[in-house]
Amino acid sequence: MSPEMLVDLLWKSLLQTLQMVAASGLLGSLIGLPIGIFLATSGKGELFPAPALNRAVGLIVNAARSTPFIILVVAIIPFTRLLTGTSIGTTAAIVPLTIATIPFFARLVEAAIREIDKGLIEAARAMGATPMQIVFKVLLAEARPAILLAFTMTIVSLIGYSAMVGAVGGGGLGDLGIRYGYQRFMPDVMLAVVVVLIVLVQLVQSAGDALARSFDKRNRKG
Amino acid sequence: MTLPTASKDEAQSAPMVLFAGATKRFGEGDNAFVALDGVDMAVGRGAITGIIGRSGAGKSTLIRLVNGLEKATSGKVVVDGTEVGGLDETGLRTLRREVGMIFQHFNLLSSRTAFDNIALPLEIAGLDRAAIRAKVGPLLDLVGLGDKAERYPSELSGGQKQRVGIARALATSPKLLLSDEATSALDPETTQSILALLKQINAELGLTVLLITHEMEVVKTIASHVAVIDRGRIVEQGPTFGIFTAPQHETTRILLSSALGTTLPEWLRSGIKPEPAAGDRVLVRLTFFGATAFEPLTARLVTEIGGNVNILAGAIEEIAGEPFGTLVVAYPATPDVVARADRFYAETGLATEVLGYVA
Repeated sequence: MSPEMLVDLLWKSLLQTLQMVAASGLLGSLIGLPIGIFLATSGKGELFPAPALNRAVGLIVNAARSTPFIILVVAIIPFTRLLTGTSIGTTAAIVPLTIATIPFFARLVEAAIREIDKGLIEAARAMGATPMQIVFKVLLAEARPAILLAFTMTIVSLIGYSAMVGAVGGGGLGDLGIRYGYQRFMPDVMLAVVVVLIVLVQLVQSAGDALARSFDKRNRKG
Repeated sequence: MTLPTASKDEAQSAPMVLFAGATKRFGEGDNAFVALDGVDMAVGRGAITGIIGRSGAGKSTLIRLVNGLEKATSGKVVVDGTEVGGLDETGLRTLRREVGMIFQHFNLLSSRTAFDNIALPLEIAGLDRAAIRAKVGPLLDLVGLGDKAERYPSELSGGQKQRVGIARALATSPKLLLSDEATSALDPETTQSILALLKQINAELGLTVLLITHEMEVVKTIASHVAVIDRGRIVEQGPTFGIFTAPQHETTRILLSSALGTTLPEWLRSGIKPEPAAGDRVLVRLTFFGATAFEPLTARLVTEIGGNVNILAGAIEEIAGEPFGTLVVAYPATPDVVARADRFYAETGLATEVLGYVA
């Protein structure tokens, strides 16, 4: 394969990967965020006490998280077809990626919120804040650095998962690696794919770290 | 039809906070823990009232009944004429905007500057940005942090953080300030400056202050009234000076002994005997307060007894603004010396307590 062809293939696959990761990352986090907030605030004696529902949601989240991703992809094919009209290709891959993201991100958000000192919630209650005001003005504000890190971790995981959907015709860098690098035995393509993935992950992680740091005021020295 | 209403004078003299048989149980059945057991207490308007007790005595629960962070299992808590137990969530939120609270660990938002922390209760109350600006600036000045508006809590010292906490508690112009061990995480010097600030706010704004603490020093310095809590019950309450100079309950005495310099040095305590042997000296604690605090009684005592007086321990304190002194002296336990001393005590009205006898 000529270098021009390789670059062209890599570029196309990279765009597909970015498209899958961005779409499922944003969509999954958007849905996962309120679920994470709910998990962190609906226990007994908490802001929105609903212990039974909390346990039920927790159970579903655990079940979704313990299902191996490749099995999830296959298992929800009918649902994917229903939504996108097909089970093959980049758009179709967004469906299982999003569904895998939701419980993953929700648990990370829950952990980030549970880290917040209970004294802050008490102080806000003592000011006459409503539970909703506590969520938006206290919990989300204080957990913002941790939630940004959680989002970064989610995107990094998604880059890995998106390479996996390549195995079932999802397109993207993983698909390229498998079809050319593995099935046609072209180690240079495989190597290029791995290098691009490593660079991508590094970039995402550094950007996420920097963003989280800029919002973190806990260790400022005067 | 007109309902009978209290006259303005009556409303003024009615207590700011009234506990009537307030009881709080956590858990149920055999596992129930009684945190508060029938507390009856009144918190006077415009005063600084201290509730003191050891950890686990129930003081945190008691102060949280006032703004409804905890609900009494039985009994009543009345704040400025409103029974807290009868309020729904909306009513509670209205009440909480009229009751400020400060905390041991400050509980400031790390993501907000000093200015924005103080603005938080105003945002919660729905004020617009201009109104918030107009309120927060003067509050920062009041607590002496005019130049720290844009600092984050991590850039402030403990004392400065508590000052932000106080300004935040005052933001909604409350009529009552609750202080939950506000100085317990601070060093002695910072504690004094925060207490001075509370005293200033109490005097300037006429704000009623209810504070809980385990430090006698805090009560001694700023509280005009004190209640001693032990195992969920108020065992003693009244004006601070009276409680401190004549404690009736054992818990009060124990709490006081560390704060008033009335503990005897170890070498002296270990040598005390309940009955005198030949040649022993009697150990007497003299307490000076009120009129006796201002007279040169020690010099006269030495003259009366004839020079054989040893001063072994002593301290002069100020309690709720009044001087209070203790002196531990020893003199020969012979009948004539003891008789002369007792005559002197009777004449002058000096309060005394025989602690025992030493060789």
